[in-house]
Amino acid sequence: MSFEPKIVAFCCNWCSYAAADLAGTARMQYPHNIRIIRVMCSGMVHPEFIMDALSQGADGVMILG
Amino acid sequence: MECGRHLNIQLLTLSEVSAISGEAGNFTVTVKESPRYVDPDKCIACGACTDKCPKKVDNEYDAEAGKRKAIYVKYAQAVPLKYQIDPNSCIRLKKPGACGFCEQVCDAGAILFDDTEKTHEINVGAVVLAPGFEVYDPTDAKVWGYGVFPNVITSMQLERYLAASGPTEGHLVRPSDGKPVHKIAFLQCIGSRDENLCGNGYCSSVCCMYAIKEAVIAKDHVPGLSASIFYMDMRTHGKDFDQYMERAKNDSGVRFVRCRVNGVETDGVEGDLRLSYVNDDGRQIEESYDLVVLSVGLQTPKHVLELAQNAGIKLTADNFAATSDFSPVQTSQQGIFTCGAFAGPKDIPQCVVEGSAAAASVAELLAPARFELSTEVEFPDEREVADEDPRVGVFVCHCGSNIAGVVDVEAVEKYAATLPDVVYVERNLFSCSQDTQDMLTQTIREKKLNRIVIAACTPRTHEPLFRETLKAAGLNEYLVEMANIRNHNSWVHSSTPKAATAKANDLVRMAVAKVLLNKALRPIAVGITQTGLVIGGGVAGMTAALNIAKQGFPVHLVERTDVLGGNARDLKHTWSGEHIPTALANLVKLVSENTKISIHKNAEVTAVEGFVGNFRSTITGLNKSKIVIEHGAGIVATGGEPYVPTEYNFDSIPRVVTAIQFDKLYELNETHVKQAENLVFIQCVGSREKGNMYCSKVCCTHSVQSAIALKKENPNRNIYILYRDMRTYGQRESLYREARKLGVIFINYELHEKPKVTETGSDIEVEVMDHVLHRPMTLKADMVILATAIRPRKDASTLGKLYKVPVDSDGFFQEAHVKLKPVDFSTDGMFVAGMAHYPKPVEESVTQALAASARAVTLLSKTEVALDAIKATVDKEFCDGCALCIDVCPYHAITLKEETAEDGSENKYILINKAQCKGCGLCQGTCPKRGVYVAGFTMPQIKAQISAALAA
Repeated sequence: MSFEPKIVAFCCNWCSYAAADLAGTARMQYPHNIRIIRVMCSGMVHPEFIMDALSQGADGVMILG
Repeated sequence: MECGRHLNIQLLTLSEVSAISGEAGNFTVTVKESPRYVDPDKCIACGACTDKCPKKVDNEYDAEAGKRKAIYVKYAQAVPLKYQIDPNSCIRLKKPGACGFCEQVCDAGAILFDDTEKTHEINVGAVVLAPGFEVYDPTDAKVWGYGVFPNVITSMQLERYLAASGPTEGHLVRPSDGKPVHKIAFLQCIGSRDENLCGNGYCSSVCCMYAIKEAVIAKDHVPGLSASIFYMDMRTHGKDFDQYMERAKNDSGVRFVRCRVNGVETDGVEGDLRLSYVNDDGRQIEESYDLVVLSVGLQTPKHVLELAQNAGIKLTADNFAATSDFSPVQTSQQGIFTCGAFAGPKDIPQCVVEGSAAAASVAELLAPARFELSTEVEFPDEREVADEDPRVGVFVCHCGSNIAGVVDVEAVEKYAATLPDVVYVERNLFSCSQDTQDMLTQTIREKKLNRIVIAACTPRTHEPLFRETLKAAGLNEYLVEMANIRNHNSWVHSSTPKAATAKANDLVRMAVAKVLLNKALRPIAVGITQTGLVIGGGVAGMTAALNIAKQGFPVHLVERTDVLGGNARDLKHTWSGEHIPTALANLVKLVSENTKISIHKNAEVTAVEGFVGNFRSTITGLNKSKIVIEHGAGIVATGGEPYVPTEYNFDSIPRVVTAIQFDKLYELNETHVKQAENLVFIQCVGSREKGNMYCSKVCCTHSVQSAIALKKENPNRNIYILYRDMRTYGQRESLYREARKLGVIFINYELHEKPKVTETGSDIEVEVMDHVLHRPMTLKADMVILATAIRPRKDASTLGKLYKVPVDSDGFFQEAHVKLKPVDFSTDGMFVAGMAHYPKPVEESVTQALAASARAVTLLSKTEVALDAIKATVDKEFCDGCALCIDVCPYHAITLKEETAEDGSENKYILINKAQCKGCGLCQGTCPKRGVYVAGFTMPQIKAQISAALAA
């Protein structure tokens, strides 16, 4: 089976989370490997979150804001 | 969205006003509501109907560049987000019994083929007309080839081509053959400043700026694209617009060609277009382009002209609502107000400002009836759940087939039931429908649920709804989490249903993990001092103070000098010819006589403490006397100041004067002015150049007005206006036209070839490069009038620091958001108006002052303001007062507290002002010790989501 990465994405409620919503409205298709966590600002993302995600098996972390 | 959701706003869509009768305070408005053929209470905008509808027609929203179906929503963000059937193209409505596919696929049963037109009679106290504009249709003008050559498009169509949601998904291709575009030309003033082809003599004000924006975006989309803008005058007179144009020129490489192109022809090569024009050197040039964009102007639609006639609203010669410059949102009918492009072409920031100004005027008229008809919802008492074991209820939404068509919702239901602490799971066809809401409320009560997960769409649109549902069920509104299995899942993974189902399970697991850690939160209530403070006693400050007072609230007006009036005391006429001293005297009288206004002259704000609703400003007057004013909101209207020139030998030649000096001499009938036969005006003195790259907005109109008066007085005078771009924007264009007709000579100069002013004996000589002859030309002048810039006040940033409000790079006060919050500061409770914000003419200052007042009274009319509970909270156990968070907090909401404990040990920690905190969590992201967290987004909550995301 091909490699299926697990990616954790932190999305700002006011921009990138809204953009992900609009991508849905526009029915844009993208790989299913992303799990989005909503935050109130990308500045809220503590370095520990990134360490946590990587140490628990995430292959990548995205911070979008 | 906010409008659609507001309890006290009733939206009537597909509706048109057919008559307005009555008088201010008591109007009857007749509204015709066209049938939608879809029941808005049932439609959940799943889009199944559109998928099945077989009828395709041109999409108006895509400016005919794309297609839509006969059942459709106008655009993705439409409010209300409900489908509608276009009766002119629907097969079924045209032929009963035919088609009807939409009805078959609508699980919500929302299709109403027998819907009919309704008429509403509405009793209101005031009316605001904001019917907007239509874009000029260049088809009939023929010369542009629009409608003949497919590669000639309008700016509106280009806007859609450049949009990711547009007909080409943001790819810039030629409509004729779908080939990529390499060379694009924008033609300005199509349907504007043109009495011959379309009869629209006015300037549409917005096209220069949108053309630059579109050119820059197009260049971003297509690397190597060549973009040229053909123009007569670049009118980028708005705040930061000139800087934007400079960036477009220098960084993006947009080419600007000063020339009116007279027509578009085909190049012979398939699809290519040819433009012929005369360039700066006087040569005839021919160039070929892939795509020609017509920058179309704005005009009042026919049905609006009819409405104006029905309502007895007077119009200007250019067919816009006639208003006075001192009450710019008041139409000719008392009680009927206007805003937006109906009162003259204008851009979005100015429209938003006018919208608030119209609200202020309505509020002034209806102040005695405030809160009489408004409603608030009431909820049962909240059940205390802190000591209960968690009982999670998961509700999985099908969203018709939007989710269930891709995700195996039964599998998700089964999976959710296996998660820890989940005691109840069910599926709903539509979780958001009214009947499901009622059922949810009941289930929460019956099953004693104390944590809720809604697996459906996005919390950005639907969380408020489900929070209300929890409140109705007696549960704290913050005990709900949403799993976004539609927008972030079924809609974007429709071709991989198995993976989408697995992802839905993950998203539900993440939401459950988080909701288990949710705690009941209470919105924070902050009391409000129902008094206003206005700083600055000019036109803007007085207008704002008067409106606040007339709305019924006490207000303090602080003026630095010993006289009210500000810069307007130096002005004579507004652009439309209204006499400023008369209007100003009237305003001063009204302000002075109003008992709710306390005027503090010779006074300045010297110290400030507090926050929204609770400011304490110290005012220092003569002899350093101090008083402290408590106020709930404040408006900064401190104005600007005139630039004192050093160029053009202003210091050494007495007959080189500024425009304001000239006005005074002219009024006094001074000999030099009276006898002057040759007068030269020089524009942009201190504006639009390095260090001051902004347009002072008023000077072109001012010079043209003076020139007209001088020429009318003595037609034999030679009057020259040396300019860079004539910016008589909007309906002011009529003045420019009149001046040209009267024989005023306009000579264009470039920034690198500024005119030279010298004195030889009794003559003044002005040397300027003639742009037609390409040779320097010398004008003899009896007087030279410098159109000098408006500067920000030098002490603006000092005042800014007191209220923690910023000034921009030019030194003017910076609003919170150019379009969304054009009179608000980022500091809650503080607002800006007038030239403190940017140079502007009287009527725009008045509008902005009314807008600021409307925004301030929104606060002042309440006794307390409820703030969302998503705020930072300090954990004193971990916070050691390192203060790292204080530096990063963008809202200045954190302060350091130092105290000595009983045992003598020093104790340091931070304090958060909840009224200032916006819950962004920069503090939480920065804190090395977990000493601060944002309620609802705590470290454990997000960590639980991360672990749950990766658990499978």
